[in-house]
Amino acid sequence: MSQSAPPAASIFRRHFRHFLLLTAVTVLGLVGCKPSDGSGAGSGTGAIKVGEFASLTGNEAAFGRSSHQGTVLAVEEINAAGGVLGRQLELITEDNQSKQDESATAVKKLISRDKVVAVLGEVASGRSLEAAPICQQYKIPQISPSSTNPKVTQMGDYIFRVCFIDPFQGTVMAKFAQSTLKAKKVAVLTDVGAPYSVGLATFFKERFVGDGGEIVAEQKFTNTDKDFKAQLTAIKSVAPDAVFVPAYYSQVTLIVLQARELGITVPFFGGDGWEAPELLQGSGSGEALEGCYFSTHFSPDQDSPRAKEFVKSYEAKYGAKPDAMAALGYDSALLLADAIRRAGVAEPTQIRDMLAQTKDFDGVSGMMTLDADRNARKSAVIIGIRDGKFVYKETVNP
Amino acid sequence: MKHPGARRWLLVAMAVAVGLGWAQDRLDPYFVDILTRIAINITLAVSLNLINGHAGQFSLGHAGFMGIGAYTAAAMTLFAAPHVLPGGAGGWLLGMWFLVALMAAGGMAALSGLVVGAPSLRLKGDYLAIVTLGFGQIIAVIFRNIEPLGGALGLQGIPARTNLAWAYGAAALTVYVVTALVNSTYGRGFLATHDDEVAAESMGMNTTRYKIVAFVVGSFFAGVAGGLAGHFTLSINPRGFDFNRSIEIVVMVIVGGMGRTMGVILAAALLTLLPEALRMLSGLSPSLRWVGETRPLLYSILLISLMLLRPQGLFAWKRKGTVS
Repeated sequence: MSQSAPPAASIFRRHFRHFLLLTAVTVLGLVGCKPSDGSGAGSGTGAIKVGEFASLTGNEAAFGRSSHQGTVLAVEEINAAGGVLGRQLELITEDNQSKQDESATAVKKLISRDKVVAVLGEVASGRSLEAAPICQQYKIPQISPSSTNPKVTQMGDYIFRVCFIDPFQGTVMAKFAQSTLKAKKVAVLTDVGAPYSVGLATFFKERFVGDGGEIVAEQKFTNTDKDFKAQLTAIKSVAPDAVFVPAYYSQVTLIVLQARELGITVPFFGGDGWEAPELLQGSGSGEALEGCYFSTHFSPDQDSPRAKEFVKSYEAKYGAKPDAMAALGYDSALLLADAIRRAGVAEPTQIRDMLAQTKDFDGVSGMMTLDADRNARKSAVIIGIRDGKFVYKETVNP
Repeated sequence: MKHPGARRWLLVAMAVAVGLGWAQDRLDPYFVDILTRIAINITLAVSLNLINGHAGQFSLGHAGFMGIGAYTAAAMTLFAAPHVLPGGAGGWLLGMWFLVALMAAGGMAALSGLVVGAPSLRLKGDYLAIVTLGFGQIIAVIFRNIEPLGGALGLQGIPARTNLAWAYGAAALTVYVVTALVNSTYGRGFLATHDDEVAAESMGMNTTRYKIVAFVVGSFFAGVAGGLAGHFTLSINPRGFDFNRSIEIVVMVIVGGMGRTMGVILAAALLTLLPEALRMLSGLSPSLRWVGETRPLLYSILLISLMLLRPQGLFAWKRKGTVS
């Protein structure tokens, strides 16, 4: 065969039009909208730009959307009340499709293009961990509304959160299993695909065994599984008093339905990953989950004037009761506004310093104080499922 | 067959890569982020193209090899480096170590490619797809269950070593090696295997060996790309190397045109840019907000229309010198 021209060169020549096309797309896509000319950030007089990255589509969209709606509501209320330091807040939201790898890009865009003074996000610990090194590198404070894995805020001194962390949640559920459920033998079913689930299971086990309980079975699954019969059969054979499932709502429903089919009648209980209206939407899931419990950050039935006010305005805007993610999304924006106000200037470094000094901040999800590790110390709420509805059970203080 | 032109292109590309690396600090970080991801995706897509396009096999496990590379390279810089490098080692030494880490990443991926490929490439057609699909899943499950590697949470705090020079250098090298290999006398064996396996075998060719070579070389570069990706996102996690990631790479190869290196390069760039371009579009004005909200849907619709309009691949052209 004869090939007179070198392939790469000839390919390039013959496909010059495609190169042009590609270049045009690149230029359009990247330079198309020029970044604001520096006046957006800091000491200007225009709106204070706040970035948010969230799982608005994909696997954890139910959480991402709730949290986002809470944040939007908070920003609207702050702006309606005259803004912060006489300036409005402008919320810029980026979606990461609940995918690994997209959060870092989205956050870089928020920081370098939009020049935000702070970043709010994310629900899932795995994706907060991806954005954290970026925020730390550019010295932009990040407030995660509801990533409960301890590692998140260990990424640097610019990373904060407004929720409690998994060790606390694990402790609360271990205490609850012993005192309220009167369980001595507990089986644990963990989603090994989710850092959240693995962490919570570990902390629960430590405390539960430490308090004299017994873990009779430890079964695993991953976030793509739909059939849990093998694990549940193994759990049934050891006859536990209760089953701890620290997983996300989408699987919890399937797990409990399949467990009831297999004749496991003991209560299931879990963490804040359970809380989404979707948990009870499938046919028969309300009955299956009757008498199950989970710990979370907030309940709309909670008895505090601050919470009641929030529930009212949230219902007026979205026509639904807020869940914990919405409350935490709301609190993250509120705390940021509070820190900007205390700093007296919308500069990332000063905002960080003020965030670190947060003490007895009155959020809708409870009083919170940020400790030296930038985690919120606050109370947890336990919710039970009765007649196909979430019912407030009790509040557990740290 | 000598390709002075191809080698010249390699040199030009390398020079451009070094230039980009030098200019990196002056560029918008978001822009740099996208450029880096394009380079990593080019490396992945071109290396998969050697297996799926040129050699005519169908691998669905490319992200698995990428994951092996990512974890190997991360382990080299996180765990091995403190023992090997003297304290306070300078930038030059760190760079050399990164090169070693990337080579190890490629080596480990190639080795697993050999282990997976040697028995399974005797299979034909769809069976290989299933085997590689299974392999990809197994890799994700293994990483998820190895506690020293962070389990489901993955590894954090990986130092930022990947810059545009590394990323584009690797991409240029991949393109060069794949092109040179396919255009060499030896490489005609890949095309023969692809075009008609029975005829090639009756000519006395060992088609299994050709397939294995393509598979191992492809896996090597997937491993390198994984190493680059890990030192770029600074945290890795088994979820980033799952089946969906493999599919993304397969889509790049198909959109670019199976076996068309230049097409695959352009497709990798285009498909990396597309979601970001849609993101930018939705940020332009509030009336375009819906673009951002329906981004995954728009992306899929664009993909379907591309395939309907250009089933042979968006940037496909007639392959020179082959009879088919």
